[in-house]
Amino acid sequence: MNYLERRVIHGMLLLVGVSVLCFVFGSLAPGNFFDEMKLNPQISPATVAALRSQYGIDEPLPLRYGRWVKSVFRGEWGYSFAYNCPVKNLLLVRARNTLLLTTLATLLAWLIAVPLGVWTANRRGRWDDRLGLAGTSLLLSVPELVIALVLLYWVVRTHGLPVGGMVSVGFDGLGKEAKLIDIVSHLVVPAATLVLASLPLLVRHIRASVIEVLQAPFIHAARAHGIGGARVLFRYALPAAANPLSSLFGLSVGALLSGSLLVEVITGWPGLGPLLLEAAMARDIYVVVGAVMASTFFMIAGSILADILLVVVDPRIRLGSI
Amino acid sequence: MRNRRRIVAALSVLAALHLAILLAGFVAPYDPASQNRDFPFAPPTRIHFVNSHGHVHLLQPFIYEWRVRPDSFNEYEEDRDREYPVRFFRQGPEYKLAGLLRSHIHLFEVEGSAHIFLAGTDAYGRDQFSRILYGGQVSLAAGLLATGISLFFGLIVGCVSGFYGRWIDESAMRLVELFLVLPWLYFLLAVRSFLPLHISPTQTFFLLVAVIGTIGWARPARLIRGVVLSAKTRKYVIASRGFGASDSYILRRHVLPQTYGILLTQSALLVPQYVIAEVTLSFLGLGLSEPAPSWGNLLSNLQQYNVLVSYWWMFAPALALVIVSLGYLQLANAVHELQSG
Repeated sequence: MNYLERRVIHGMLLLVGVSVLCFVFGSLAPGNFFDEMKLNPQISPATVAALRSQYGIDEPLPLRYGRWVKSVFRGEWGYSFAYNCPVKNLLLVRARNTLLLTTLATLLAWLIAVPLGVWTANRRGRWDDRLGLAGTSLLLSVPELVIALVLLYWVVRTHGLPVGGMVSVGFDGLGKEAKLIDIVSHLVVPAATLVLASLPLLVRHIRASVIEVLQAPFIHAARAHGIGGARVLFRYALPAAANPLSSLFGLSVGALLSGSLLVEVITGWPGLGPLLLEAAMARDIYVVVGAVMASTFFMIAGSILADILLVVVDPRIRLGSI
Repeated sequence: MRNRRRIVAALSVLAALHLAILLAGFVAPYDPASQNRDFPFAPPTRIHFVNSHGHVHLLQPFIYEWRVRPDSFNEYEEDRDREYPVRFFRQGPEYKLAGLLRSHIHLFEVEGSAHIFLAGTDAYGRDQFSRILYGGQVSLAAGLLATGISLFFGLIVGCVSGFYGRWIDESAMRLVELFLVLPWLYFLLAVRSFLPLHISPTQTFFLLVAVIGTIGWARPARLIRGVVLSAKTRKYVIASRGFGASDSYILRRHVLPQTYGILLTQSALLVPQYVIAEVTLSFLGLGLSEPAPSWGNLLSNLQQYNVLVSYWWMFAPALALVIVSLGYLQLANAVHELQSG
């Protein structure tokens, strides 16, 4: 079995573990989706009892888990009480939106962080490096919640961008290009929040690992040969520093996913976050489990992706050897 | 040297803030729940040092009372007719200092019938400055307690699995991996959602702390395990084992002191993270609910469109939050650099 296969199997085992954990916590909790129906005088106790037995609420935990696993294999991922449909239908759309947001934010954050990190590493100790350090430590201590609120305040005051949701009213009537522009303009605030929130950590790590490489003899040799500053930095130093950075990439995907929940809720982006929050409030347990599983899946996929990236950027590592 | 200065600076800011929040009753001029229905969403009171005759009162500042502008519905202007001097160490509404001592003395009060709102008021005319201080008690206590729980579990799991190794270590580390891979905010929300929604504020508080604390034990556990593993094979440990020292003696005398450094940096990192976790949950309506103030539900006022747009002083709790996390992060950085030399 090679390394990648082992990683994938390990990841699947982790997913199984997470699902068990969710079910255990879920069954510890008092109350369920049908409890509120009991308060409604128009619904007879018999109806509630029938619904309970239909959805298998009263069965013991292992049996319910078994049924859920079966429905996963059928591709349904359980059944939502509130939406009255298989969870998969809900998850697919929401997960796609979350993925769109976080992928864009990850790419943007890295595109901005790499030049910043390399530049401040090169200017280590000078005024612009210090400015960068002060900026990142300030930004590091501003929680996503506050960044999102401040950005929203600014956007609402300037009326420059639409706020809330993913598309404007009347989206279906728009042409193809107008549709794209509409979605992008809705993406700006949530994506900018995520980028700002993840930027400081990335810049710091990139700076640290580039500083380490810049002290290596081959950099001095390259400079002594008269190779220009930017070329040394990006062609010589950055690839050598890429090794620790590719595992950081996996971590940053995970952090962004966790952070995107809150940002989605605040800015009204219809991703997994608002779905999870609604389901959590309504005790729609299979939707909660599904949303947690989906986000865990993204995190594991991110770290496996980081490992593949590691092989790509670092020719010393061969898949067979690890 | 620079690090020492940074530690001192961060520590003094944090100490001042924690003290002010602990002694909220003394520092805050009003009770956090007392309403002034005549002053909904009043902006922060301006403090004046020069009066209308040009006299300078540097040591005896004064304020003007807000009044609603006659031609408007909810815009305020200063009532210039009368000056109300700010007095220090004066009698005010009764409170309990740190929940123990009954007292009437407040750090500052305003003379006469006027009100002083340092950070404006909310929809019910409650003084935000007082609410931020009292809310800080909840948010900071949640952060500190949850950190304690996390580090306690992390220390036990890390020590046991690092020290005894074999299948205990193997299974504990698999569990750690499981918790590390969880997107913690999603999981926190899921766990909180499975717990009852309508319970008393005290119960909610402890539930919140327990949930936040038990989710975060994995990272400290793994770090502590690493330290224990390396400490276990030191020569003085092997020597003391040779002299017949028991496991618990070795753990206490030789292994535990090695973990203090990690415990210190981890706690400085975890506290702001957990304060933010509490704020997030309360903001989303899953934490402490009104009328008990916490930074999260103070900020959740901003979820209303008109509040977000019109009343900038409702951002004040965010400032407190940023200062706290800035202080702790600076402390963590400085301590980490000091340890790594």
